[in-house]
Amino acid sequence: MKIPALRIYAFIYLVFLFAPILLLPIFAFNEGRIIAFPLSGFSTRWFEALWERPSLHSAVQSSLIIAVLTSILATIFGIFAARGGALANFPFKGGIIGFIMLPLVLPEIILAVALLVLVTKVLGLAPNLYTIVLAHTLMCTPYATSILNGAFANLDRSFEEAAMDLGESRWSAFRLVTLPLVMPGIVSAMLISFIISLDEFIVAFFLSGNVTTLPVYIYGLRRQSDQLPIIMALGTILVVLSIVLLVAAEILRRRGLRRAGVEDSGGFL
Amino acid sequence: MSGSPLISLRGVNKHFGDYHALRDINLDIRAGEFFSLLGPSGCGKTTLLRTIAGFEDLSSGTLMIDGRDMANVPANERPTNMVFQSYAIFPHLTVAQNVAFGLRRDPRSKAEKARAVAEALEMVGLAGYGARAAHALSGGQRQRVALARALILQPKVLLLDEPLSALDKKMREQMQVELIRLQRNVGITFILVTHDQEEALVMSDRIAVMFEGSIGQMDDPETLYRRPNSRRVANFIGKMNFLPAEVLTEAGGRVTVEVTGLGKGEITREQAPTGAPSGPAVVGIRPETLTILFEGETTERRWVDGVVDEVVYYGDMTYYDVRIPGVAEPLNLSMRNVIGRPVLEVGTPTRITWDERSLVLLDA
Repeated sequence: MKIPALRIYAFIYLVFLFAPILLLPIFAFNEGRIIAFPLSGFSTRWFEALWERPSLHSAVQSSLIIAVLTSILATIFGIFAARGGALANFPFKGGIIGFIMLPLVLPEIILAVALLVLVTKVLGLAPNLYTIVLAHTLMCTPYATSILNGAFANLDRSFEEAAMDLGESRWSAFRLVTLPLVMPGIVSAMLISFIISLDEFIVAFFLSGNVTTLPVYIYGLRRQSDQLPIIMALGTILVVLSIVLLVAAEILRRRGLRRAGVEDSGGFL
Repeated sequence: MSGSPLISLRGVNKHFGDYHALRDINLDIRAGEFFSLLGPSGCGKTTLLRTIAGFEDLSSGTLMIDGRDMANVPANERPTNMVFQSYAIFPHLTVAQNVAFGLRRDPRSKAEKARAVAEALEMVGLAGYGARAAHALSGGQRQRVALARALILQPKVLLLDEPLSALDKKMREQMQVELIRLQRNVGITFILVTHDQEEALVMSDRIAVMFEGSIGQMDDPETLYRRPNSRRVANFIGKMNFLPAEVLTEAGGRVTVEVTGLGKGEITREQAPTGAPSGPAVVGIRPETLTILFEGETTERRWVDGVVDEVVYYGDMTYYDVRIPGVAEPLNLSMRNVIGRPVLEVGTPTRITWDERSLVLLDA
């Protein structure tokens, strides 16, 4: 049975979600400097203009360093949390796991102010690249944990015990059995953390100090209307990169499930 | 049986918080024995097995394996291997890699290890399956891989945690026979945890029946079935009718009892596993030891008249409930369906007879 109303709803919903993003590539490849219809011809000049900005390059470099370190740290913490949640029993387990997920629902601006106070007033440090890494790790750990929870939840509790029964120590049982089985989840968690860190603005803005990340750099360009097409070109690259990483993360996650021969229990795509 | 037991538990207790999972367990298991821990879920049988494997600490008491105290000996250093209920076959490895998992620290050459793996797979009937992906196996095949993976290490004791419960009935019966044969061939001590009384009776040399963390009775299958020491054990292993009774006299190994519904009778002292003090008691009788006298049949044994209350036809057997005067509950009895023997209808007056040697006297 066909339900046209639902189809129309789905269509409008998708337009609402993606139309703004579609504007990015349209104007990024537009010849004119002014962001307005009608379009004035195809051009890649705005992408070329990106290459001629050293300040942009240093922002990209900072963002990449932060994103890579964040994804590694958040994923390591996520592994600990997810393994504990899935395979161990300890007092107040529910509450502790809940606290790990809390940053998901904290308003970022509150988090940013709190972290700024912590770093500058309590610890007396100057905000720098590594304070942003720590802040992003705090924000990404819940995401990494929830992805890894899925990977660990599919594990039979007996796997590590069986490995120990066959002569392995606790650590080598984890390394030989658990780690390979959750590896796709680990890669997936790293990719998601990487994207979140790369795109994050508010906390990076508060804690940036003399370091400029890519989103902060873009923010700095907003008042110069002649710079808008360049932002569009940069945004286009970021959107494509995000989609590629997200799809890669999902493919890895599904491949991991297949390899372990278990049912799919939901994911990001 | 010579020498000291292979496994010896003395005064073993296990607490999980407030929960008393094992209560003062004393147990000796001999080398080469097929020993079963039988009981309803939550009776502590799996906890006891995991204690022997080294996955649970003792709260108190001692556990000796092969003359060595196992306190502070972790699971990976014990001479035991386990077949898990879920089999715990590593899904990212092939069948051969699974079987070879425990050989990682084995100093033998690669070729020798490969030969050992092939032999282990052949022993469990999976010759040629080495290259298969583990997650593509059926339940029965997984179990065989789990067996091969444990036995390749030639443990002193093989622990089996409900290994057949995930299989269908046919497969289960086939694996029971194979496990018995395998145990005889390798000569390794098997400890099996099961909630299936039939499985335990079929496979074991000895069975410990557990309830609420303690061992209720520990005996060979026949003694357990014929001479249960309590109503609980009798009820858990097969079916049994219980009739209120009174012990009148005991003299020279003979016990005279007045059994409600069946009248006065005489049994031997061996038929009273927990003793026969004068006074109220309970007499148990198995359904298959009660016999219906069909038309024209007579007996020199004692008999009682009753009325058929319920009939369940089972193909090879028919199960009857028969009401007899003076007894509230109808008696369960089973008759083999032989040619010329009718299946009685509900309401048929019938005469039943029994052999006094099949009675067991229990505490009231």
